[in-house]
Amino acid sequence: MAQMNMIQAINSALDVMLERDQNVVVMGQDVGYFGGVFRCTDGLQARHGEHRVLDSPISEGGIVATAIGMGVNGLRPVAEIQFADYIYPGFDQIASELARIRYRSDATFTAPVTIRSPCGGGIRGGQTHSQSPEGIFAHVSGIKTVMPSNPYDAKGLLISAIESNDPVVFFEPKRIYNGPFDGDPEKPAQSWASHAKGEVPEDYYSLPLDQAEVIKEGDEITIVTYGTLVHVALATAELLGVNAEVIDVRTLMPLDVMTLQKSVEKTGRCLVAHEATRFCGYGAELVASIQQACFWHLEAPIERVTGWDTPYPHAFEWSYFPGQKRMAAGIRRVMEAG
Amino acid sequence: MTDQQINSETRLRLYRLMRECRELEQRAYDLFMQNLVKGTSHLGLGQEAVAAGFGAAMNADDYTFCTYRGHNHTLVRGVAMDAILGELMGRECGLMRGKGGSMHLTSVEHGVMGSYAIIGAHLPVAAGAAWSAQYRGTQQVAVCFFGDGTTNIGAFHEALNFAVIWNLPVIFVCENNKYMEYTPIEAVTAVANPAADRASAYSLDPILIDGNDVELVYRTASEAIARARAGKGPSLIEAQTYRHGGHSRADPGKYRPDEEVAAWKARDPLDAHRAKLVEAGVDEETIDLIDAQVMSAIDEATETAKASPPPPREIAYIDVWADGGVEWRC
Repeated sequence: MAQMNMIQAINSALDVMLERDQNVVVMGQDVGYFGGVFRCTDGLQARHGEHRVLDSPISEGGIVATAIGMGVNGLRPVAEIQFADYIYPGFDQIASELARIRYRSDATFTAPVTIRSPCGGGIRGGQTHSQSPEGIFAHVSGIKTVMPSNPYDAKGLLISAIESNDPVVFFEPKRIYNGPFDGDPEKPAQSWASHAKGEVPEDYYSLPLDQAEVIKEGDEITIVTYGTLVHVALATAELLGVNAEVIDVRTLMPLDVMTLQKSVEKTGRCLVAHEATRFCGYGAELVASIQQACFWHLEAPIERVTGWDTPYPHAFEWSYFPGQKRMAAGIRRVMEAG
Repeated sequence: MTDQQINSETRLRLYRLMRECRELEQRAYDLFMQNLVKGTSHLGLGQEAVAAGFGAAMNADDYTFCTYRGHNHTLVRGVAMDAILGELMGRECGLMRGKGGSMHLTSVEHGVMGSYAIIGAHLPVAAGAAWSAQYRGTQQVAVCFFGDGTTNIGAFHEALNFAVIWNLPVIFVCENNKYMEYTPIEAVTAVANPAADRASAYSLDPILIDGNDVELVYRTASEAIARARAGKGPSLIEAQTYRHGGHSRADPGKYRPDEEVAAWKARDPLDAHRAKLVEAGVDEETIDLIDAQVMSAIDEATETAKASPPPPREIAYIDVWADGGVEWRC
C-alpha cells in the first residue's frame, strides 16, 4: 500500500491499465510528452510509448470523436478533456453519438470510451475553469457518470470505468486533487498523506460503478453528496455535533438508490448537497428518487445546498461555493423542520 | 490507372451496383407513398456513382462511415436489401430491428460503421477507426462520405487535421451536390469548391472529380485506398454530383432552376455508364438482364420486408447500457 494523492492515484490507474491491456490508449491535449496540466498522465508516454499515450490538438469534439472511432474497433481509449469547462464542444459527440451507438445499432456496435475531466471550483479559476457539469451528463441515457471524492476511490473507479463496456464520463474534483478540503479556504491546505483514503494499493483493483458509499454512519440526518462536498459535509456535521450519516454517491449514473433509501428510512431526514448550480441540477434527481422511495419515512422536507444559479463569480468564489456556513444552515433547516 | 485497366467484370459490377442503388431507393420512395415507410428519408437518387465506385474499390473488411443519406453506401457494401427496406419500414427483419431507422443504417459485419445524422460528426469518428486500424497493424482503411454542407462545420476541419498529423488510412469523400439542404452551398461558402479548395490548408492534394462518372470515381477511389493502405496517409476527394430529388421526402426541390435539374438529369450516371458499356461492345441483352435481376431481387426483398412483423416491444428497453436497459435505472 502506498500513500497517494488523487493525481497519483489516477496516474496509477492509467499506468496499471496501460500495462494490463494493450487495447487501452490515453489521449488528450498535453497528456503525452508534457504529462497533463494537472500531471495526471505524468511519465505515461515515456513508459508506454508515443503510440499509446497521444498528444491531441485542442479539439475537444475531435478528441471525443476519434476516441469513439478507436472504441468501436475494440480499443479502450481514455480521453482527457483538460477542464470540464472545455467539454461542451465534445458534448455533441458524447450525447448524440457515443451514448447512442449501442442502442441504435441493436448492440452490434459499441464504444467503451472513458472521458476524464477535472471539474469544480475552489482554485480561483473563474467561470470557465470551475464548472460542475455532471448533471448534464447524468441526464444522457447510455453513458455512466462518475465523480470520486478521494484517491482510493479515484483509482478503483477509474479502472472500472476503463473496463466498463459502457462509455463513462469521469469527473475529477480538482480542488481535492492534492488533499481533502473542508470548505474553509483560510485553513492551511490539507494533504492526503494522513488520510485513510489516501492509502492506495499500487496494483490493480476495481470498485463497483453502481454503489454509493456510506462514509460515516449516523442516525439523525442523511447527507447525500459527492466530490469535494463530501469533505465539507463531514466537517460541518462534526462542527454542529449532529450525528449525520454522510453518503458519497460516487456514481451519479447509475444511482445506487438502495443505499440512500436504507439510510433515509433510518434517519427520516435528508440533505442533498452539490457544488453545481441548483435548478435542474443533479440534486433534483436525488431528491425525487429519495422522496419516492422514502416518502412515508420522512419527518421533514428534503433540503438542497448547492452552488448559486449564476456563473462562478471570480470575486465571490467562497460565497458561491457551498461551504460550512451554508451546509450548516441546510442541516439546521432539516433538523428543525417537522 | 487508365480506362483499359478496369476490366469488363468490374465495369458490369459498377453498373449493377448503381442499378441496385437506384431501384432500391426508388422502391423506398414508393413504399413511402404507400405509407409503409413512416417518417422521413433522404434519397441519393442521381448520386449512385460515388457509392458504387467506392464500394467496388474497397475490401470487405474496410470501414465506411456515411450520412443520413446513406442507403446507397450501405447497399454497396453487400448489406441485404430486405434488411435495409425492413429497417426503413420498422420491421423485425430490419438491419437494426427498427432501432435506428433510415438515417442510422449500421452493419458491423459489412464494415458499415454507422450512418450519422449530425452533420460532420462521423468524420473524426472515421479518423479514430483509421487510427485503430493503424494501431492494430491491420490493412484496413476507413472511407467517410459526407455532403458539401459538412465542409463548413468544425468537425470537418478537426478531422482533417487529426488525419494528417497521425497519417491515418482514411479517405474523406465529399459528395458535392450543390445544395446543403435547401440553400446553395456557394451562397454560404468562402471558396468555390467547398472541399477541394480547403485541401491545401491541411497539406493535402486537391482532388476534384466528376462524381457522375463511375469509372473515374472507381479509379480515384482505388488510388486513394492504395495510398492509405501503403501508409501514405489520408485523402480528401470532392466528387461533383447532383441530387435528382429534394433534400428529404417532404421536399420537392422546387428552389432549383428547371434548366439546372434538366442538365444534370441528362448526365445521369447510370445512363452514361450504360452508354459506355454498349460502346465498349457489351450487348444490350446483358445489361437488360442485370436490370431484370436487380428488379426481381428488389421485389423479393420488398415482399420479405412487408411480411416481417414489427419488432418485439421488449427490444426498445434494452441495450441502452451494456449491462441494462431503462428498467435498470430504477
